[in-house]
Amino acid sequence: MPEKRKLGRGVAIVGAGMSKFGMFADKDSKDLFAEAFKELLSSVDKGFDPERIEAMWIGNFSNDFFVHQSHWGPIISDLLGMAPIASTRTEGACAASTLAFRDGVMSIASGLYDVVLVGGVEEMSKCTTVEVTEGLALATSPYEGAAAFTFPGVFGALATAYFDKYGASREALMNVTIKSHNNAPLNPKAQFNQTIAEIMQAKIKRAEEKGRPVPSWSDEKDALRDSRFNPPVAWPMCLYDCCPISDGASCMLLVAEDMAGEFTDKPVYLAGMGQGSGRGLHAAPSLTSFEANKQAAAEAYGMSGLEPKDIQFSEVHDCFSIAELIHTEDLGFFGPGEAFEAVADGATKLDGPMPINTSGGLKCKGHPVGATGVSQLIEVWKQLRGDAGKRQIPGRDLHVGGAQNLGGTGGTCTFTILERR
Amino acid sequence: MEERPLSDISYYKFIDEEKLMGSECKKCEELYVPPRHFCIKCHGSDMEWHQMEGNGKLAAFTCIFIGPPFMVQQGFDRKNPYCTGVVELEEGPRVVARIEGVDAGDPESIKVGTPLEVEFLHRGEGDEEVVSLAFRPTAS
Ligand SMILES: [Zn+2]
Repeated sequence: MPEKRKLGRGVAIVGAGMSKFGMFADKDSKDLFAEAFKELLSSVDKGFDPERIEAMWIGNFSNDFFVHQSHWGPIISDLLGMAPIASTRTEGACAASTLAFRDGVMSIASGLYDVVLVGGVEEMSKCTTVEVTEGLALATSPYEGAAAFTFPGVFGALATAYFDKYGASREALMNVTIKSHNNAPLNPKAQFNQTIAEIMQAKIKRAEEKGRPVPSWSDEKDALRDSRFNPPVAWPMCLYDCCPISDGASCMLLVAEDMAGEFTDKPVYLAGMGQGSGRGLHAAPSLTSFEANKQAAAEAYGMSGLEPKDIQFSEVHDCFSIAELIHTEDLGFFGPGEAFEAVADGATKLDGPMPINTSGGLKCKGHPVGATGVSQLIEVWKQLRGDAGKRQIPGRDLHVGGAQNLGGTGGTCTFTILERR
Repeated sequence: MEERPLSDISYYKFIDEEKLMGSECKKCEELYVPPRHFCIKCHGSDMEWHQMEGNGKLAAFTCIFIGPPFMVQQGFDRKNPYCTGVVELEEGPRVVARIEGVDAGDPESIKVGTPLEVEFLHRGEGDEEVVSLAFRPTAS
């Protein structure tokens, strides 16, 4: 366990915004970020002059590859009318914008700045699926590419190791998917807004209308077992285990803790944060855990003085269903090998004792990779302020929530704890 | 035993010659495949080549139905999936490699723990020839 790492001064979140996530042929990265920033402007309770922003960090994984444009820091500062203030792009694969958040926090904690903007953007849907797969594979370990692993393939392999070690099966993954899809219709920003049951009914109706053979699924899992409904991608990862290709942007306004009252009477504070790095599959100490998670969690718990039992709910990086199980074990919410049974028992549902991915998760909210980390923090911010609308966790006095973000195949992991005092 | 520099480039050249090579830390004898410049265990930087026997067992696997472009070109697709995995070598280290001799279309038939032996896959000819690392169930 690392020593407690304390910030030089505290940091508060006083505003945030995100675009709708989805596939948008008629919006580019600038349009998406503008949508997110407009929402941020109206989210600051006491109003806010953008002139006060002193520096910004923008997470982006691979717009270089996806839309052949790099160097997104100044493009976004210019878009917002903020040039010539410092604007830096951060890259940590799918954890890019949590790294932007961390840099913003450290700049305030050090005393360098008082008010900073952090966020992220990614524009993926203008590529073909094969191109996106190729682009994302740039974030795997080099040896995995040579062995013909794909991104979902790496997670598929982790799933077989998990199944073998703990006696789980694809049923466990289906429970994660069904739970995420139950939260998604409650999130107006989510890319998908149907439950699995609703998708089944829609497919049955379409088959009836077109006079095709009508599927006779008995329940959601029966449909998910049907390879026509849920074809394998990288077994045991099937279509409904995988997050979609998405476009989107997210941003957040961070200020020095002692200034928060100028912006809002409902600030949310950073309690702890951590970041770790990992190795390729072949060198990982465990095939059922991410060592980078353990490092990130130890740092975040150390900084906050909190323990896993203190975290009341969390967003975790469910790029693939198996990842949600592994993360909730690595963060200590459940013991090793216990997450799959906890999910089966409903522990992670919106009204369960440990709600996970109330936003619908990457699976349903969408995963514009560079925007994902800050969008997870926005979900925690909203829940803690009681602003999560229909998906507000019911009947709980929320004070502490977590957000875990993963880059690549576990090469970068972060864990961030936010609190309302 | 070998004078080639410890590097990924050398590692893949050895595979072209049907040799699975790792590095051994001269200080603590820890083995690494592919080779490393620095020992993770003792942080030593004095390494030498070590040839692996090529026996191990399956630690994790996936059957890929949507592959990268270079596999699609070789005819792998939804109807013709392939298996790739993580192999734990008898000497201790793990490697990632293609898994041959299993039915990738029936993933439930493939079992973690299956004993495996190394195989080198050749495709293309002459200067175009590519050799890749693979394993297959040990002939019993
Ligand atoms: Zn050593």
